[in-house]
Amino acid sequence: MTVGVLALQGAFVEHEAMLRSIGVDVRQIRLPRDLTGVDRLIIPGGESTTIGKLMVMYDLLVPLRERIAAGMPTWGTCAGAILMSRRILDGRPDQPALQVMDIESRRNAFGSQLDSFEADIDMIGLDAPFRTVFIRAPILQNPGPACQVLASLADGRIVAAREQHMLATSFHPELTSDDRIHRYFLTL
Amino acid sequence: MAIEKSTWTTKAGLAQMLKGGVIMDVIDEEQAKIAEEAGAVAVMALERVPADIRKQGGIARMSDPELILRIKESVTIPVMAKARIGHFVEAQILEALGVDYIDESEVLSPADDEFHTDKHKFKIPFVNGCKNLGEALRRITEGAAMLRTKGEAGTGNVIEAVRHARTVYGEIRKLHGMSEDELFTAAKNLQAPYDLVKSVAQAGRLPVVNFAAGGIATPADAALMMQLGVDGVFVGSGIYKSGNPAKRAKAIVQATTHYRDAAIIAEVSKNLGEAMVGIDISTLPQDQLLANRGW
Repeated sequence: MTVGVLALQGAFVEHEAMLRSIGVDVRQIRLPRDLTGVDRLIIPGGESTTIGKLMVMYDLLVPLRERIAAGMPTWGTCAGAILMSRRILDGRPDQPALQVMDIESRRNAFGSQLDSFEADIDMIGLDAPFRTVFIRAPILQNPGPACQVLASLADGRIVAAREQHMLATSFHPELTSDDRIHRYFLTL
Repeated sequence: MAIEKSTWTTKAGLAQMLKGGVIMDVIDEEQAKIAEEAGAVAVMALERVPADIRKQGGIARMSDPELILRIKESVTIPVMAKARIGHFVEAQILEALGVDYIDESEVLSPADDEFHTDKHKFKIPFVNGCKNLGEALRRITEGAAMLRTKGEAGTGNVIEAVRHARTVYGEIRKLHGMSEDELFTAAKNLQAPYDLVKSVAQAGRLPVVNFAAGGIATPADAALMMQLGVDGVFVGSGIYKSGNPAKRAKAIVQATTHYRDAAIIAEVSKNLGEAMVGIDISTLPQDQLLANRGW
């Protein structure tokens, strides 16, 4: 199995390191041709505006949408979750995105960097709480009927969701040493 | 559920999210929007770009808070701002404004020629410049969550950024090959704490993100710095002192992503208009070299 990590911008090396430590083959994806032979995809954290623009410039939007629609398991963390959501709130009006998951995202939902935080949260599919890292993070909201909420904050705001083979988290498991969510993704 | 804000992981983590990206100097909302539109991962809000600071002389200080707030309002990407070296009150003001990162910068006139700001005391993360590994490790010890080369800002000449990146990574490679007893003397020579020196030697890398800055003016300059091993690029005067800022900004973003793909770098380098004129650094008197500021 080869997992592709979208490497246009952001924290893709951290995902690669985590996947390698689990023993999975990893490949960086920058151009459509890199997708050949890739079974799964992670869209990392970074700046969603930057990654979206580079997806458009290098003709990645359509092939990625097609592969994901055809069932390629895909996981977006933070900016990646924003790019997967059907609608982006508080973004740039013309911000390009994949729009493959039936859930909305709200950018910088907690405020500026001063409001970035860590917390232990429970997640469906994991036996014990996960130490989550939120950095200028989005929240997820209004999930469609096919979308299952996997984790929420104490106030009910959604921070992890799954729709069939697609996973979105507004936090960064790749910044921790806990590989449980990476292992969970590999079972989708 | 206990929430912990401003932890080391969130501070260093924001810099990790900026990797592979370009941070652009902007002096107003219009430039900030052009930067965001071009694909910048963050903007540095300031009153004058380094090339103008160099030309106009005088004391360069933190920018007007009003200007910083206006720029913050105009974009959705992170906003950084500069405080003078050792001017912890300027840093306190920037924290009060809620900027996303503070650059304790040699581009501004230093406020203290002995002590840098104690960055551990702040909730906002700091980025600092470095010319070599000793400086890098001292800044990390003081609390910097991100580093950048100093380069020689406002010159459009990449030679100093190259020198600083090569020096830092060369020194790390040397540490990586040292025996444990050699590390004690290495720490002494680097003027940096032994434990930090040892962890860098073991990991073979810095514990924080390191960007290139100071003199980057073309897509090729950005890709050069990336191939030398930096995690991303700051571009200051190089964009808005050129003939077609929007186009050049977009080209530098693409060259930073595809830094190993010469065909793409060639393509984006076409017809960018005039690059900033640039300065031969060997013609500058010693007292005008910004990289010598910081200790």
